Amino acid sequence: MKKISRLALGLAGLVGLAAITGLEAEEAKTPVPGGTLNMIAQPEPPILMVGLNTQGPTLYVGGQIYQSLLTYGTGLEVLPSLAKAWDVSEDGLTYSFTLQDGVKWHDGQPFTAEDVVFTADKFLREAHPRWRYIASTYVESVTSPAPGKVIFQLKKPFSAFLYAFELSSFPVVPKHIYEGTDYRTNPANQTPVGTGPFKLEEWKRGSYIHLVKNEDYWKPGQPYLDELYFRIIPDAASRAVAFEKGAVDVLRGGDVEGFAVRRLAKLDGVETTTAGWEMYSPVVFLQMNTRKAPLDEKRVRQAVMHALDREFIVKNVFFGLGKPATSPVASTTRFHSQDVAAYPFDMAKAKALLDEAGVKPAEHTLRLMPIPYGSQWDRLAEYVKQQIEQLGFKVSIQGVDPGGWSQALSEWDFDMTFNFTYQYGDPALGVARHYLSANIIKGTPFGNNQGYVNPKVDELLLAGASAVSAEDAAKAYAEAQKILTEEVALGWLYEMHNVTISREKVKNLVTTGIGLNEAMDEVWLAK
Amino acid sequence: MKTLDFLFQRLVKAAFVVLGVVILNFLLIHLAPGDPAAVMAGEAGAGDEKFIAQLRAQFGLDQPLWWQLLTYLKSVLTGDLGFSYRNNVPVAALIMERLPATLLLTASAFLFSLVLGVLLGVLAAYKRGKLADSLIMTGALVFYATPLFWVALMAVLVFSIHLDWLPPFDMESIGADYTGWARFADIAYHLVLPTVTLGLFFTALYTRLTRASMLEVMSLDFVKTARAKGVPKARIIRRHVLRNAVLPVFTFASIQAGQLVGGAVLTETVFAWPGIGRLMFDALLQRDYPVLLGVFLVTAAVVVTVNLVADLLYRIVDPRIEAAG
Repeated sequence: MKKISRLALGLAGLVGLAAITGLEAEEAKTPVPGGTLNMIAQPEPPILMVGLNTQGPTLYVGGQIYQSLLTYGTGLEVLPSLAKAWDVSEDGLTYSFTLQDGVKWHDGQPFTAEDVVFTADKFLREAHPRWRYIASTYVESVTSPAPGKVIFQLKKPFSAFLYAFELSSFPVVPKHIYEGTDYRTNPANQTPVGTGPFKLEEWKRGSYIHLVKNEDYWKPGQPYLDELYFRIIPDAASRAVAFEKGAVDVLRGGDVEGFAVRRLAKLDGVETTTAGWEMYSPVVFLQMNTRKAPLDEKRVRQAVMHALDREFIVKNVFFGLGKPATSPVASTTRFHSQDVAAYPFDMAKAKALLDEAGVKPAEHTLRLMPIPYGSQWDRLAEYVKQQIEQLGFKVSIQGVDPGGWSQALSEWDFDMTFNFTYQYGDPALGVARHYLSANIIKGTPFGNNQGYVNPKVDELLLAGASAVSAEDAAKAYAEAQKILTEEVALGWLYEMHNVTISREKVKNLVTTGIGLNEAMDEVWLAK
Repeated sequence: MKTLDFLFQRLVKAAFVVLGVVILNFLLIHLAPGDPAAVMAGEAGAGDEKFIAQLRAQFGLDQPLWWQLLTYLKSVLTGDLGFSYRNNVPVAALIMERLPATLLLTASAFLFSLVLGVLLGVLAAYKRGKLADSLIMTGALVFYATPLFWVALMAVLVFSIHLDWLPPFDMESIGADYTGWARFADIAYHLVLPTVTLGLFFTALYTRLTRASMLEVMSLDFVKTARAKGVPKARIIRRHVLRNAVLPVFTFASIQAGQLVGGAVLTETVFAWPGIGRLMFDALLQRDYPVLLGVFLVTAAVVVTVNLVADLLYRIVDPRIEAAG
């Protein structure tokens, strides 16, 4: 009897325990309103108006204030934002959006379809180079046939169009504030008015940006957080200290140096994730000026690729935060193809390629200009120099600051440099610009500055962009990737993995493929 | 009257110095490769030629350089420091927001280093050859030779992380919204590490300088006379030696004011101090010409003013200077 009762007691206890744990688990999933989330904006954004500046920190802070029509999941699935529904005609020429109801700007004015039309047709066309290209190449008209409805009529199909409504590409701006003004000098840029879950309360330059909850936010009961602070801490070591001491709860990829990531990730009560960058998927590459001998010879570029151990680069220079890139299109981007020319690390093959091309390396001095974004890039330059010198070339590293770098790039005054590109989910949005011959424009950085020309590639990239069906697009892009890798239009090094580090108490921090740029209306703090 | 004449002359000279600084900086800045339009186009990720041309026209960068210089000088003379391309705000507003933090930091560091440096220098001279002298001079040598950023990092490591005595960064507790005395105390608390870090190098400098100067004066005849008259040693040091010995330290300190601003860039970076030094550094990287020129102009004006005040102080400390005209 005693035994039984003990057993029963034990069982009852277990059931009770399970119930309590279940309750706790349930509690852990139920958002708790209130609280302050502390983050870091690094470097300090010049302005918060996302339509005029699309730098990382601007999007990070501005993404809480401004919103776009759509957003994208971690698998690049298209998700609603200011548009609650959308429809694409069968011919791929008409895109209809239905907007959310009851959305208000931070100044209390109603958000309407007219704001979207103004943003697409006027504001971004003038102020946003990426949208201008899309609008002038593909968009015939933007109209609002009825309240809450917006229709984009295209001149020709554009397979990436549904991916062009991410925050950095299409932030919706208020017509009543910007219409008829000089956008850049409009005083409203200092007091941003958006539709997002948080409003600007105070910006003490050099110290912090303080956002507070938008009580009139269009999602009922959200956001959960009361306040956001974005601290300005210019020194990387001090930023690591700030996290360690609990002054900030979140570190965004790049906030601290790679070696600090490892250390901070091991602290108690700390979580890390590399999710939330799928839309951007930055790919790092070595840009070789194809106008200059001997880099004009494809076998020399192939030799360079074989001389670089990309596993080594990821592991030792970038602390394992990435993976070797095999194609111009990142593995997380639409239409990534595996059927490409591969360049395993092989010095003997590299030397053989140079011999085959009849190039005498000792006769050439190559200038290598590191991207001026910090010490890791300098180390990458040192590694690349060492490897290329093993082929017999002389390499001189030329240090510059960001202004000098973009000038040299614009004027094509370089032999080799590094860069990385955001992909924006689709090759037509973030990839093609580096290979289209129409994008060889002196005086502009970040295009086809290496001077790569191949009419067949132009044709394929444009065919992929204009394809109506995904199958046709995939076919064209696969072929383009094959040619580009074979000709080493750029020397793809690796896919960057940015790590978000946060305290365990911060819930729902990364929910979409734009990560921390997403409106933090779902984020909450466990007690 | 003589002092007023002197002041007027010095003010005119100061104005020319500041003007010269502005013109020189304007030309130097434009020698550097790249311009704000190119940098901003880079940040847009896909700057096309139309975008860049549009920005250049808006910023007036499509005009000839001499014309840009004249336009700038004209607006400066009318009290307008221009408009920041990147921050979309008037430069004067940007600078005025940040200047107080730098003035607070540099003035604290200046006072800290001068007072402590002179005290230690006097002590070392007074105890010449003794243990105290050796200790002080070794310390001075160490801090004179150690780079500022290293001192800053070590200070954070020891006093903020290990001992948890002092805040590692910021000018005040963010989000605390203190007012009155509580705010004053909060800022003072945050000021300790940056001040000491920035001030240590200069403390070392003034210690060495004061000691050397003291020893030189102590070997002069009038000191021997005083001693022979039986004046107590402490009184000789205080009344006779220090007053003479401190003059070169003063001269040096006023010259060092400019260097202090340079050191502030680093200190402000490590301690996230929201001052003008960091503003200058960011503006330099982004080629934000109007902000850069504005900061140079204001810092030049501050340095020139400090020198002017030092000159006036001299005449009080050492009346011989006024007599000599």
